[in-house]
Parts: sequence; C-alpha cells; structure tokens
Amino acid sequence: MPKLTIDGIELEVAPGTSVLQACEQLGIEVPRFCYHEKLSVPANCRMCLVEMEKAPKPIASCAMPCGEGMVIKTDTETVHKARKGVMEFLLINHPLDCPICDQGGECDLQDQAVGYGFDRGRYGEEKRAVKDKNLGPLIKTIMTRCIHCTRCIRFSDEIAGVSVMGATGRGEHMEIGTYVEAAVSSELSGNLVDVCPVGALTSKPYAYTARPWELRKTESVDVLDAVGSNIRIDTRGGEVLRILPRLNEAVNEEWISDKTRYAHDGLKRQRLDRPYIRENGKLRAASWEEALALTASKLKGAAPEKIAAIAGDLADAESLLALKDLLGGMGVASLESRQDGSAIDAADRAGYIFNSTIAGIEQADQILLIGTNPRWEGSLVNARIRKRYLQGGLTVTVLGPRVDLTFPIEHLGNDATLLNAIADGSHPYAETLKAAKKPLLILGSGALARPDGAAVWAAARAVAEACGLVREDWNGFNVLHRAASRVGALDLGFLPAKGGRDLAGILDGARKGEVEVVYLLGADEIDAQNFGRAFVIYQGHHGDRGAHRADVILPGAAYTEKNATYVNTEGRAQHTRQATFPVGEAREDWKIVRALSGALGKPLPYDTLQQLRKRLADANPVFAQIDRATPAAWGAFGTAGAVAAAPFTLPVENFYMTDAISRASATMAECTEAFVSPAVAERTGTHG
Amino acid sequence: MLRDEDRIYTNLYGYEDFRLDAARKRGDWDGTKDILARGRDTIIEQVKESGMRGRGGAGFSTGLKWSFMPKKVDGPVYLVINADEGEPGTCKDREILRHDPHKLIEGCLIAGFAIGATACYIYIRGEFYNEASNVQVAIDEAYAAGLIGKNACGSGYDYDIYLHKGAGAYICGEETALIESIEGKKGQPRNKPPFPANAGLYSRPTTVNNVESIAGVPTILRRGPAWFAGIGRPKNVGTKLFCISGHVNKPCNVEEEMGIPLKELIERHAGGVRGGWDNLLAIIPGGSSVPVMPKSVCDTVLMDFDSLREVGSGLGTAAVIVMDKSTDIVRAIARLSKFYMHESCGQCTPCREGTGWLARVMDRMVRGQARLEEIDMLQDVTKQIEGRTICALGDAAAWPVQGLIRHFRPEMERRIADYRQSIAAE
Amino acid sequence: MSASETPAGPATFEFTADNLALAQRIIAKYPEGRQASAVMPLLDLAQRQHDNWLPRAAMDYVAGMLGMAPIRVYEVASFYTMYNLKPVGKHFVQVCTTTPCWLRGSDEVLAACKRKLGIGPGETTADGQFTVVEVECAGACVNAPVIALNDIYYEDLDGPSTEALLDTLIRGETPKPGPQNGRINSAPIGGPTTLIEMAQRNGVKPASQE
Repeated sequence: MPKLTIDGIELEVAPGTSVLQACEQLGIEVPRFCYHEKLSVPANCRMCLVEMEKAPKPIASCAMPCGEGMVIKTDTETVHKARKGVMEFLLINHPLDCPICDQGGECDLQDQAVGYGFDRGRYGEEKRAVKDKNLGPLIKTIMTRCIHCTRCIRFSDEIAGVSVMGATGRGEHMEIGTYVEAAVSSELSGNLVDVCPVGALTSKPYAYTARPWELRKTESVDVLDAVGSNIRIDTRGGEVLRILPRLNEAVNEEWISDKTRYAHDGLKRQRLDRPYIRENGKLRAASWEEALALTASKLKGAAPEKIAAIAGDLADAESLLALKDLLGGMGVASLESRQDGSAIDAADRAGYIFNSTIAGIEQADQILLIGTNPRWEGSLVNARIRKRYLQGGLTVTVLGPRVDLTFPIEHLGNDATLLNAIADGSHPYAETLKAAKKPLLILGSGALARPDGAAVWAAARAVAEACGLVREDWNGFNVLHRAASRVGALDLGFLPAKGGRDLAGILDGARKGEVEVVYLLGADEIDAQNFGRAFVIYQGHHGDRGAHRADVILPGAAYTEKNATYVNTEGRAQHTRQATFPVGEAREDWKIVRALSGALGKPLPYDTLQQLRKRLADANPVFAQIDRATPAAWGAFGTAGAVAAAPFTLPVENFYMTDAISRASATMAECTEAFVSPAVAERTGTHG
Repeated sequence: MLRDEDRIYTNLYGYEDFRLDAARKRGDWDGTKDILARGRDTIIEQVKESGMRGRGGAGFSTGLKWSFMPKKVDGPVYLVINADEGEPGTCKDREILRHDPHKLIEGCLIAGFAIGATACYIYIRGEFYNEASNVQVAIDEAYAAGLIGKNACGSGYDYDIYLHKGAGAYICGEETALIESIEGKKGQPRNKPPFPANAGLYSRPTTVNNVESIAGVPTILRRGPAWFAGIGRPKNVGTKLFCISGHVNKPCNVEEEMGIPLKELIERHAGGVRGGWDNLLAIIPGGSSVPVMPKSVCDTVLMDFDSLREVGSGLGTAAVIVMDKSTDIVRAIARLSKFYMHESCGQCTPCREGTGWLARVMDRMVRGQARLEEIDMLQDVTKQIEGRTICALGDAAAWPVQGLIRHFRPEMERRIADYRQSIAAE
Repeated sequence: MSASETPAGPATFEFTADNLALAQRIIAKYPEGRQASAVMPLLDLAQRQHDNWLPRAAMDYVAGMLGMAPIRVYEVASFYTMYNLKPVGKHFVQVCTTTPCWLRGSDEVLAACKRKLGIGPGETTADGQFTVVEVECAGACVNAPVIALNDIYYEDLDGPSTEALLDTLIRGETPKPGPQNGRINSAPIGGPTTLIEMAQRNGVKPASQE
C-alpha cells in the first residue's frame, strides 16, 4: 500500500493505482482525453501531465503507478503550462465547427478548452483535412475532428473483440480508421460513439437531431434482452431521441448493445395508439369503453377452462401480476409466459436464473456454454466473458453450434447427449470442470425450448451437481434468458395452474375449439395461424404479429413509457421509468388490466402503482429487492430423461430484430442489411 | 591524437575483408572463452570500470545499464542491439556492421552472457541492405565455428543471435519503439515504467545497446578496463567514432579519443573547413538532435559528453555537421524540422502536432515570410513540445530550432525585414 | 492514408515456393506464439516478390499467415516508409535530402534527376523505368550526397556523377556502387589520416601529412 503526497495531502492507495486515479480519490480533477477507465493506458494525449518531485519533466499521471513517498503536484505553473500547450496543439488542426458538431455541448475537448484553451489561436498555417470513413449504418465519422486518442481502437480491440480499427500512417498523417472500407461489425459498435471524446465518431441515426441541453434525461433499464442494461433515455417533446448507457458495474458496466441503443426509432413506427375492434374481418378504431366492454363480455361469456393467456417477452411484472390476479380470480388456469415453448418452470429459482451473476463471470476459470450464442442472446454477458478472457486463465468450452464469440473456444461438438456423458463422468470434460476453481455453465434459453427441454434442463443440473459447479460459496449454474419478462413471470408464477394448459396445450386447444378466448399480453412471437377460431385479445404497443390476429386491441405502453419492474436473467429486479407518455390513447399496461377488472365487475384491489408494488413484494420478496441480485437456494428442477441426440440450434437468427420494437426500427433494418444479410447469403450460397 | 595501436576499429575503412578469417587476424574472437570464464559479475564490473558510456547518444554508463538486469530469472532474457542508425549526420555503426561485424557479434555474446540473456536480436535499419547482409554472413560464420549457438565458444553457454531488419522509421532508434518493432508493431515508444530491464521484448527483461557500445566491449575486456579509462578525460573516456560531414574538405569517419578539441578533429582528419576555419559558420556536433553551435563556441570546445553539455549542446552520436559561411543556416535547420515532422510516430499530441507546426513556420522563416513576433512564438512552441512527450523525439525536434534562435536570431530577423521590403517594393 | 488512395492490385497473392520456405525460416527466428514479429520481414519479402510494391492482397496474405488482424498489418505497412503501397519504377531512385546531404548538394542530385529523367520527387517516368523519391537521412552522411538505388547506395554524388549514374542505368548496365568520386568508403579522400599501417598493408596510400 504505497503512501504518497498529492498537492500536500498524504494518502495511501492500493498497489497498482495510477497517479491519476489517486488524484481522483482526492477529488482532484485531472483533464484527460486518451485515458478511459475501462481501456488500456497509452498515455498519448499528454493532457494529464502533473509534476512529480525528482522527475526532470512532467509525467503522464494516467500511466504512472503510485510509488512510496512520491510527491505529486497538480496545480503548478508548469502543469498549467503543459496542459495549455497540449490543448493548443490539439486545437491547431481541429476544425472550429462546434456550431455544427453533434458533440457540441458534451465534448471533452470543448469542455477542457474552457479551462485550458486560449481565446485566440496562434496557428496561422493551413489546417489538416482528413477524409471521412464509412463505418456502417450506425457510426458517422468526421475524421478531421479526430484527436488521435485511440480510444476507439482500444475499445474495438479490447472490449468488442473485433480488431478492425487502427491508426495507419504516421506522424501528423496518422489516420484512425479501418484502412479498407469496412463497417464495424460488432453488436457493441455504438459504444465507439461514447468513447470518442470529440465529434469524430458520432451517432449516424442521431445526426443533427438535438443539442444535449434540449434533452430531458430519464434513467431506466433496457428490455430488449434479459440482461437489463442500465440506460438513460433522452427525450424531447415526447419523443425518444436517443438511448445511452448508464454505468452499472454489476450489469452492463458502461456499455450497451447496438440494439439497446439504436432500436428506439421502432418506438415511433407501427404503434397501437387507440383501441381497435375487428368487425367483418377488419379492424376498426374503437373507444376504450367499447373495447373493454367487448373484452369483458368475451371473458365472461367463456368458461374459465376455455380461456387462456400468453404473456410476451416485453411484459412487465406489474401487468403480469395484475393479469394473473384477474384471470386467476376468475378460475383461469391456462396462463403461459414461455411463448418460445420453453420447458423451464418455477419449481426452483436457482434453476432459472443466472446464479453466478454477470459480474461473477469475472471469477470463473472454466465456462461451458450450452446451446447459446451469448453474443446475440445477451451481448453484455458475452462482453463480460471476453473481459474475463483478457485477464487470462479462462477457458471457454462450447457445446452447441460453433460461432465467433470474440474469444477462442474449445469446441466439444454439438451432440446434446454429451450433457449426459459429462454428468455421468464418461466424457473427459467432466474432469476439466471438476478441476476448475470456479467452473460455470451457461445454458441457453434455446436449449430449453427443445422438445426434450426438461431433460436438457435436468441434465445441465446433473452436470452442475456432478462436476462441482454448485458449492457453498459459488453457484456456477446459469440460464441465459433472452426475454426481459421471463424471470419476472417465473417469479410471479405466470404459468399454467393445476389443470391449466401450457403453450402447446393452448395452441392445440385453440385449433380444436377447446380454447375460445386467448389473451395476449404483448405476445408477438407466436404464429397467428395457431389460434384457430379463438377470440384473440391483444394488449400491447406495436402492430406486430399478435395485433394482426387480434379481435380486440388494447393499446399498451412501451418500456420507455411506463414505470415498470423487470427482473433480469440474474434475478435482479429493476425499474424502468417513464420517459415519455404512451402514444395516443394508449395506457400503462397494469392500468389497462385494472380497468378491465372494473369492466368485469371484479375490480382488482390496487388503484396506484405503490399499492400494486406492495402486492408484487407480497407475491415474491425479490420484488422488494430492487437492483439487487439475491442468491437462490439450490433445489431440484428439470425432468430426468433421455436427452435427444439432435444438435442444439441457436434461437436468434438476426440479433437486430428480435421483438416488436426492433422489428419496427428502420435502423435495425439497416443493420440487418449491413451485417446479417451478407453473412446469411454467404452461408446459404445465395450471395448475389 | 589517438595512437593507431589504441584504435578498436582497425577495419573502419574496409581495407580488409569483414569475414571471420580476416577478423580473427585483426584480433577478434581471441580468448573469448576466457573472457566469459571471468563470470557475469566480473564482466559487468570491468565494463563499469572502463567508463564506457553508451554510444547511441544518451551517454549512460553501459556497465551500469547491464547491472539493472534482474539476476535470477526463469525464462527468456534478451539483448537487443540498436543498429537502427538514422540520426542525421551519423554513419558510424554502418562501418562496424559492414566492415567489422565480428566485433559486434563477439560483443553480443559477451554482453548477452553478462546480462544473462538467452538470445539476441540485432535490429538493423532496412536501408542498410549490404550492411545487414554482412552481419548475417558473420552470424552464420560464428554459428558454424561454434562461437555462438549451443555451448558458445565452448563456454557451456547457449546463445542465439538473430538479425531483424527495420523498414524505414527513425523512431525505431528509440529503444522501446525498437522493441515494439521487433514485436511486429508500429514503432511507437512505450511509456516508462516499466523499463525494458523489467519488461522489454515480449515483456521479458531486456537490455538495448548501441552497436558501438557493444562492439567495443571485447577489445576493452581484452586490453583491460584501465586502458580504455585512461583515454580521454575523467568521466568522458575511451575512443569514439566521429562522423564529420558537411562543409569540410574531406568528410570522413574517424576513431579518435574522447575529448579531442573539435577544431583539431576537423583540421587533422577532415581536411579542415571548406575555405579555412575562419569560413566556419556553425557546427552541429552530435547529430541533428543537438543544438547548433556558432563558430565562437567551436573554436575551443572539446568533443565529449560533459564539455558539449556545458556549452548548451551535446555529444549525441558524435556526428559533426559542419556548415561554412555559405550556408543558409535557417534552411539547414528548417530541413531538420521537416525531418522530425516526417519521423514523428504520431502518438503524442505535442510531437504529432508540434513538429508539423515547427516545420511550417520554419519553412516561412527561410523566406522571411513571417512576423517578427513569430520568432518568439516559435521558441514558445518548441518549449511546449520539449519534455512533454513519451520519448525524446519531441525534444530532438525542439532543440535545433532553439539553437537556431539562440545563436542566429539576427539572421532570422534580417530575412523578415528583407521580405517585408521586397513586398513593399512590388 | 487509406486503401482507397492506392491501386487495387491483384485479387490474390501468395508466396512462391522458395519464398514460402524462406518465410518459414524467418518465422522460426521468433519464439513460439510471437510469429507477429515476422510481419516486417515477410512484408519485405512480399514486396520483393511483387515488383517492389505491396498490394492489399499481399498484406492480407501475410496477416493470414501470421494469424494477425489485417488492420494490424495495414498499420505496420503504412508506418514504415520502405513499404511501397503503390507501384514504383524498376529503378527506385531514393535521394536523401536531409541536412547533411543537402549541405553537400542534394539539390544538384535532384536537379540532375529532373534533367535526365524529366521527373521530380514522387513521380515515375512514363515507361515505368524510374521513380524518384526524396528520403530522409540514409545514414551515410560522410559520403553525402547519397542515392539509394533500390537496395544499393551510391555516394559522394554531384550533378554530373548523378547524370552519369542514371545514364548507366538507362543503358541497362549496372553502375559501380559506393562513392562516385574515387574515395574508399568513409575514409577521407586522398587517403586516411589514421590506421596508417593497416592502409599501407593493404596498398592504400595514407594522406600526406603536411
């Protein structure tokens, strides 16, 4: 623990702490451009220079480890001169186009120029101009603004794991880019915009949209996968203009996926902005009274066993519970929240969550991925595995299709029965797992949606138990969900009650006429042809698959438009916050259910969100533990049985379009065109 | 003047063959096994005693540098030879590489042994095609003769020497840039700490030495440290290769004693300044990176580290660039500014941006197309580069301009005035 | 610098059998797992095989051979000036113009090139025979001014000797390398002032000492 003195203040820091970090601990601000907490330290911008006693010249504080007895000064004339000098150099070839720069108002260079810039330039020579690069549909480049901090290169190499960015040429002709024109093919590419301290890399879809000071900022969470990335929603006049990551070291650190960031333009398209009723095969606009009355009459008119409800991937816990309370109260047993047909159930919480936690991945030394592509099913989980990989001493083993995960893998093959072989010790990989200090398995949600899903689930449990993945201080059994609603729905038991039908049963019943009314709570991943002649109630926010088949539409709110609770794959309950109002006549979802209960004459016992949240916490205490991932007790789950030899298939074919919002997004369509279609064409030989 | 029998580089001019047989006749590889038998510590101690200071420009004690290497290490340790000679004015290592490579190879073995190295890489600038060819021949000969490789010289020590060629980048003469380059990357200097002795090539303990420092070691150890230490002045001892270029009657390389008066060096070996000593304008005494000295200083200064530092310049690589009174001194320095702009690696802001700024203003200064106050601005800009970068290239770019302003400001002012007048006349 | 500024070059590249064997020997000079160290020599080898310039296909080929991301190879190829990223003439005339060469007349050398070949720095003759470029310090300053003609140094030049040199090339002959003014390597012209016995032993007359 070295002790040093900074500006006359003595402090003790952890070994390996840099002088810059030590300054931050004291609240001393040190300007910087190239330094970024999550990236390697090149010390090339030279902005963070400070004086160190006995050193003949100022030192770069970001790269200097604290040493015993060091005496650092950050507020001397030399330091100020040095920083002003660097600032002047950065500005001589930087265009003074702040008025038309999208970074304006949130630009590190602009901010620090206030502190260290001169009021006029001394540089009278011609300025450098650099050709812009085409980095694809998400990132706009104005490379003349680049200050060569190399953060983007380091982000690509280190975090995203795609080495496409580089600095070619040298000296003042050094250029940042890909050299050969290439879109940055990474599901994390949007973060490049965030790490760029100036306006060289900006958001293409957001170009010239708004100034930061015009925006209302709302802290929320993402629901387009089950990671629950923490986000900030920037709005102006009721419109979501952009989504940025919010720091949460436990979940997404400071990164988000491109879908999380850029799918929000889908919030403006194909929205259900008022109730509709199908008449003579066509949907017509209706009033809420009409729609609720019709819905109520259909529910009343059918026997409870002829009613079923299916909740979709974006459903929030409040509406799930309200709908369960309502229909359950009417004796409806056919409730289903696994619209992918997953065999998972709520028997044991440890069986359906990501027990190790996402941050816990950093402790693992052996990871077994079963039938999953975490890059597309939970991008930030994959980023965390890569982070762990870069620290050294991690082996990732894949049982399932081989995909590029941005780190090297050992491939066991794609024979699902290997799970049994590992569990009974007949496969040598069992020994590898047993020998690991912190072994961890990640079971993909797709693996549980197979016909033999329950057996796969049980086999994975057997592997965990036989190979020492579950110990007193460590639980290496993890399910990686894709649906933001899934864990919350399981926690609330939004599942078939005794005698109720599961997904297959509901669809079968609908085809046979045994199920007459189906209530879809935002369920959009089911082929509409499967509902037979049943009366379909669709509550949701997009005119997607569910709405197309609906007989009555109850327009709900998207995740940016409501205060709602989602439980991520780790079992961490988090709140979204209302950033804009629901469109048109649409309403927050739990309120729709509450209103329906009124129309049915069976009003639910909560009138406010607070009351409903109290009910949530009563239903399951995890809802009282906001933002926390509570450990779950290990128990029995799955159904022991033969795992079929069929290979695992990956559930996500197109990362960019996985739900009603991203399917409505023009930006996601462009990404599909740029990144997915070419790969598919190559694979299927339909190129050109 | 140094006696011929005290010269190390007897084949400096390539009068004889560079290969092993001829080298042996000149005394190379004589008793190398016995030298190694003295042991690591003794060798380091004797090199320290000899007073050898690094011949690459910085002048750091070679023996002391070796002593920084960790004593007990598992795994590879490297000696890297910096043969990336490219400092304008400097062409001394070239002679060793092409005419006396066995001195270098023998030195590599002894130095490698002393620092506990497992292998050695000799980094030769890519332009030195013939020089690299000769070194490769010498390496091959040394392997064939059992002098290096397994059980080198019968010493029981296993040691490999490899050649690695650069491809055109002055900055790779900086030791950590050179290491990066060997690792297959752009030659961008690393932050220190960690220093190469702790984490150098492939993150392993590494010492980087200049060709001339290492090639002299076998002779020093054969003749004894006292011999070397007895030449020159205290703390500035031994023999030194000088490169005398520019406006002299007979430009040449020559080995002389450290501390020889500059005037004597030029008059005795380079045929004097063109048009006589009084026709001298200025001299850059240690390669382009050290400040220029006006004639008044040149009259008396001695050619060693400390004497030249005292007069505000430096010995650097001992590359003496002579300029007579016909020289456009502003253009001479402006050309150096262009050089540094071209050679800046581009990573540090002050150097990347500042070298271009200097070069452009200097270009105008040549024509006088500037304002008087821009001379001060130029000085200010050099001060904003100096000492603010990862490596010393920023300093090297700053110093020639500072030297020009210090000694030739009236000339710069005159040009500005002349240019004004010519504009006014039009 | 970007690829769009350079010609496309061939779609594919691979080493000849001899060069492939040589490449394997080069890679073997570096420790296990450090094969990226071979990128510079391999790029050099590829350039020598491909008329003294490096098309993108060659860079990609080297990247593949060494298991490097192509961008890392582009960085290297564009950082070091000896890699030509566009075609150059058969005779690649690299004129050093840094201060020591300039002091001794590199302007004359460039002027002679212009007179003889009709091209200035950065240009290639229409017949593709000659490219003239300015280079930074060649490291042969006591033999200034210097031309590096492909791999070989020609030293102690002036206008007439430069023209003579180019004439020799135009005639399809190989000029004699090294100093063009009759001196021996870097010894003072007219004989050495040191190493007298060595000089005499090898039949070289030392400088007359006055």
